Amino acid sequence: MYKNALFLSAALAAVLSASPATAQTEITWWHAMSAELGEKLEEVAQGFNESQTEYKVTPVFKGTYPETLTAAIAAFRANEQPAIVQVYEVGTGTMMAAQGAVYPVHQLMTDKGEPWDPSGFLQPVVGYYSDTEGNILSMPFNSSTPIFYYNKDVFEKAGLDPEVAPKTWAEVEEFSRKIVDSGAAKCGFTTAWITWIHTENMSALHDQPFGTLQNGFGGPAAEFTFNNEVTVKHWDNLKRWSDEGLFQYGGPVGGADAQPKFVSQECAMFMNSSAGRAGVIRNATDFEVGFAPLPYYDDVIEEPKNSIIGGATLWVLNGKSDEVYNGVAKFFTYLSQPEVQADWHQFTGYLPITNAAYELGQEQGYYEANPGSDIAIEQIMRGTPSENSKGVRFGNLTQARDAVDAEFEALLAGQKTAQEALDSAVERGNQILRDFEASNS
Amino acid sequence: MQSKRTIFPNKLLPYALLAPQLIITIIFFLWPAAQAVKSSFEREDPFGFRTTFIWFQNYTRLFAEPGYLNAMGRSALFAIGVTALSMGVALLLAICVNRLLRSGKFYTTLLVWPYAVAPVVAGILWWFMFNPTIGIVPYLLDAFGYRWNHRVNGNDAMILVIIAASWKQISYNFLFFVAGLQSVPKSLVEAAAMDGAGPFKRFWTIVFPLLSPTTFFLMIVNINYAMFDTFGIIDGTTGGGPAGSTTTLVYKVYADGFLGLNIGSSSAQSVILMLIVIILTVVQFRWVERRVQY
Repeated sequence: MYKNALFLSAALAAVLSASPATAQTEITWWHAMSAELGEKLEEVAQGFNESQTEYKVTPVFKGTYPETLTAAIAAFRANEQPAIVQVYEVGTGTMMAAQGAVYPVHQLMTDKGEPWDPSGFLQPVVGYYSDTEGNILSMPFNSSTPIFYYNKDVFEKAGLDPEVAPKTWAEVEEFSRKIVDSGAAKCGFTTAWITWIHTENMSALHDQPFGTLQNGFGGPAAEFTFNNEVTVKHWDNLKRWSDEGLFQYGGPVGGADAQPKFVSQECAMFMNSSAGRAGVIRNATDFEVGFAPLPYYDDVIEEPKNSIIGGATLWVLNGKSDEVYNGVAKFFTYLSQPEVQADWHQFTGYLPITNAAYELGQEQGYYEANPGSDIAIEQIMRGTPSENSKGVRFGNLTQARDAVDAEFEALLAGQKTAQEALDSAVERGNQILRDFEASNS
Repeated sequence: MQSKRTIFPNKLLPYALLAPQLIITIIFFLWPAAQAVKSSFEREDPFGFRTTFIWFQNYTRLFAEPGYLNAMGRSALFAIGVTALSMGVALLLAICVNRLLRSGKFYTTLLVWPYAVAPVVAGILWWFMFNPTIGIVPYLLDAFGYRWNHRVNGNDAMILVIIAASWKQISYNFLFFVAGLQSVPKSLVEAAAMDGAGPFKRFWTIVFPLLSPTTFFLMIVNINYAMFDTFGIIDGTTGGGPAGSTTTLVYKVYADGFLGLNIGSSSAQSVILMLIVIILTVVQFRWVERRVQY
């Protein structure tokens, strides 16, 4: 009897251990896409799983971007890391510094003999995620850029042309005043992302350096310099507009209150990531939404530069078996297909990552059928990027952004002037950069 | 103490009996605390590839940082606010329920519910009610001419987090106060009433002193709650803002460690927080407890 049981369990163990060889190799993918975006992401993984039988990609939702990054780092330290993790652009500096933890994508694709052509990707996207030698370190997946949303119905009520969005900040002020004075809405405009839109993109659009050493691309010794004249002037204006009731602050980081202010028609204009498009359209049931590029100061620059990207890429983590990496490479090839890319881009509002996906959308007539859907891509591709509009790359940028948010709030509360707030944001930010440099050398 | 002792012939048995408790304490309390102390003297990259021993640099940096000193002040305000509000309201509710004969149990059950709500959910709930755009409270306050905006106004934000954090704790305090009130002998209160003492006089001279062990215990629990257990609520309502006005010490530990990935500084902060709570508890037991009548 006893012997039988032993035999049985041995046989069972043999069966159990043999089964993975015949079954699929599982690839875990930690991501930070919630709600509609998360469902779409699972659909993408499902599509890959159905396209072949050897590998199975399992997406796991790990919370917000910072939470996902923290979870992945903690998992790596405990040797429980996923094969793929989605990391937002702010974490790029942190990931790049962690050379022992990361399997660079260009190397993975070469090692595994998968087709890999960096020139097929959109230039601004590739530029943002390459190292100094031009190698792509992480797989571009969801990149976005901020755009301008406005309420056409309120524009009409205020006696404005609903088809004409404000081009410059002077017009934003003028339109806001008309809207508030006419009672068409309680406030002129609100915004998500003070850091990303009104500091980082503000500098890029007006060709001002955000930091030294090519905005940090040149190495970890870079320092912040975003207390430039344009940003100071802009923050000064925001404070004044806030006091006059033309502008309402939507909260720190992504501005959780900003979108409710816009879709509830309290504020007539709104700035947010292009990836917010699906959500805005779904929630703006009572009015028609117009889309436009971000406004700029025409007394500073005649032709604004391209905007810079946000969003996230997929990083491959070290410490997995060869088998898993084969699957990851196959999955990335699948992700790069124009059909997959175009579908993801059109559903979510993220940028098409490859030229082929953009062209496919044009052939399908998608941009004509959906006015405003190509604003983001046109804004990011316009003109020739300068050193100041290529993007920003700093370690611990999450913390530096927190400092920027806190200083902006101090400005709104009247504790500091715009110059003082930006000076101290730069000072605090530089301290954070030095910490990062010290802990990574 | 009596000199009569039970002598165990087996030398190992007492240790074996103590072992489960000791092991749990070591694994779940002492070991993590030691880890925190260790990494508070180090500087490390997030992935743990490079670790440098830097003595007290994490600590000296903290005390030179205006944000940290600010967080200390805000924590003190927050802890006092939460303790006073949650204990005050709980005591009031407990007195009311204690006077009810039949429906007391029913109210007790209802009043305990908030305690079962997860901190983040409680935070979101208050975030909705106080939301400057869609919330009901700012809408009502607007009618009185007050423009509530905790996104910009630091005092509004502090009031919001104190209310949100107290709300949850009221249930807990309430239960203890109800139990405490029920153990106050009726005969004492009745005797005082016959001597002509009014309800307020009776409460302050008889009931409140007899409640003091409960009050003392709750004060320690509440201060510890406000110091350690509230980052979920702050995260769900204000996220530490505006301009750091609701960043308490424990929220800063979370923000710097989990969001900022600065493990050294975060550890140093948690060690300091640990010391503060130890000191507070010692002070309370040493001086405040003398005034407690058991």
